[in-house]
Amino acid sequence: MSSITIRNLNKYYGALHVLRSLDLSIASGEGVVLLGANGCGKSTLMKCLNGLETPQSGSIVIDQNDVTTAKGLRLRSIRRDIGVVFQQFNLVENLTVFQNVLYGAMGQRRGGLLTVWNSLAPKDTREKAMHCLSRVRMADKASSRCRDLSGGQQQRVAIARMLMQSPKIILADEPVASLDPKAGIEVMDLLWEVVREHNMTVFCTLHQLDLAQNYADRIVGMKAGQIVFDSSNSSADKESLAQLYQGDTRVDGASSHENEYAAPNNRPAEIA
Amino acid sequence: MNTKQEPQSSHMPPRLTSPSWFAWLVIVVFAFLFFQGFSSAEISLERLVKGARNLSTFLGQAIPPDWSNMDVIANAMLETLYMAIVGVTVGIVLSVPFALLASRNTAPHPIVRTITRFMIATMRTIPDLIWALIFVVAVGLGPLAGILAIILDTIGFAARFFSERIEEVRPGPANALTASGAGRVSVIMGAILPETLASMSATSLYSVEKAIRSAVTLGLVGAGGIGVELSTAMRLFQFDKAFSIIIVVLLVVIGFEQLSSMIRKRVI
Repeated sequence: MSSITIRNLNKYYGALHVLRSLDLSIASGEGVVLLGANGCGKSTLMKCLNGLETPQSGSIVIDQNDVTTAKGLRLRSIRRDIGVVFQQFNLVENLTVFQNVLYGAMGQRRGGLLTVWNSLAPKDTREKAMHCLSRVRMADKASSRCRDLSGGQQQRVAIARMLMQSPKIILADEPVASLDPKAGIEVMDLLWEVVREHNMTVFCTLHQLDLAQNYADRIVGMKAGQIVFDSSNSSADKESLAQLYQGDTRVDGASSHENEYAAPNNRPAEIA
Repeated sequence: MNTKQEPQSSHMPPRLTSPSWFAWLVIVVFAFLFFQGFSSAEISLERLVKGARNLSTFLGQAIPPDWSNMDVIANAMLETLYMAIVGVTVGIVLSVPFALLASRNTAPHPIVRTITRFMIATMRTIPDLIWALIFVVAVGLGPLAGILAIILDTIGFAARFFSERIEEVRPGPANALTASGAGRVSVIMGAILPETLASMSATSLYSVEKAIRSAVTLGLVGAGGIGVELSTAMRLFQFDKAFSIIIVVLLVVIGFEQLSSMIRKRVI
């Protein structure tokens, strides 16, 4: 039911042409991993998918709804069905783990913050939050402050927050890039278990080829703002995957080694 | 490219470098103003000696302080504290919406932000004594004028610092909640304000100290509180009475600063 269809998508930052007539379809329940070098436009594509960035032309259709033209309440109702997992976890660090998980339901009902604030939230919401926390094996940390957790634990809490939202589609933007390899594998295992349990569609960007091959149903490669590689996991060969990281990979034309840390797609998005 | 630059960078930097022409300009203008100002104060040995004699007369009459009016002084001091507490509380509560409208990441529209920042800057730039003079004209003598002056002064100070802190909050968590379909107000209240609370309570405590100090002086222009008693005593040359008022003010202000630093240590 929850498919994504991207057609002829173009996105510019000023004069910089980031997404170049990009086409991609993801079927319902499919687990797709997107690979690509720094600065090739992966994060920009992710931000366009839930309307945090608006492309200049083209369409993104999620479940018969066009994200690119949706505004206000309609955009919010589309976002409600899309859970996002971030590289930097993006938890409110001053608050408790439990409060952050409750925040996952903020967009689900009228009343917003008032219906998910710990002291005011209805009993079933609180019970669901506790259930989501147990699912990611973090129930014992419910009362801890997020700032006191390790990176891997924070990402698990972020997954619990995402579960609280009961989404149909998961977008994961480099979910393990800030974690050490062991914590990274734990988080990927957990994320994929959860996704399979609920039969969600997942679109995940990754840096590591081997991780991609361990989890993906299908691997998609991106280079300089375009999809250049697309195959089922089993038929993806190492050689063509390695090609993704060679030559002109970036959208700004700079050499990927010089500008490793100045990727244009890392700019913070405005709050819509 | 590198070989071209090498002869230049291989020179040892000089020990002293001449300031820019702009720095020279600032120095000359400052020196001019300083000496001009010094001479306009007409400082002479004769005036200094006379001043010292007057000061000793004042001290002679002020000591021992006159405590006979303690009940009046205590009541006036209490009124001052009430002014400060009411004014600063209302001021801080109002500072939050002002700060939200003035911050880049929370303002609904750039024009709203510009207008709000202009209002805050005005409240800050006009000194509290002048606000008090204006409100004495508007609402008459008494503590209400002082309270209004403190409210505006507090907003000018606190809203600015609140807004700076709000703009520093990292955008990630707010983006995450926006991406889950949450509304803008919920996102601001749920993800941005909680990150600013520690800094906001520190700023609020400074505001309280500041308000108590200004509440004392506001009375000098008739805006209620102990300042009224002090200015009356000074004008009637009742220096012993004035001295007791000054001591009370000193004790209360020091006491409050201690209390506030104690609370600050707990909060942060």
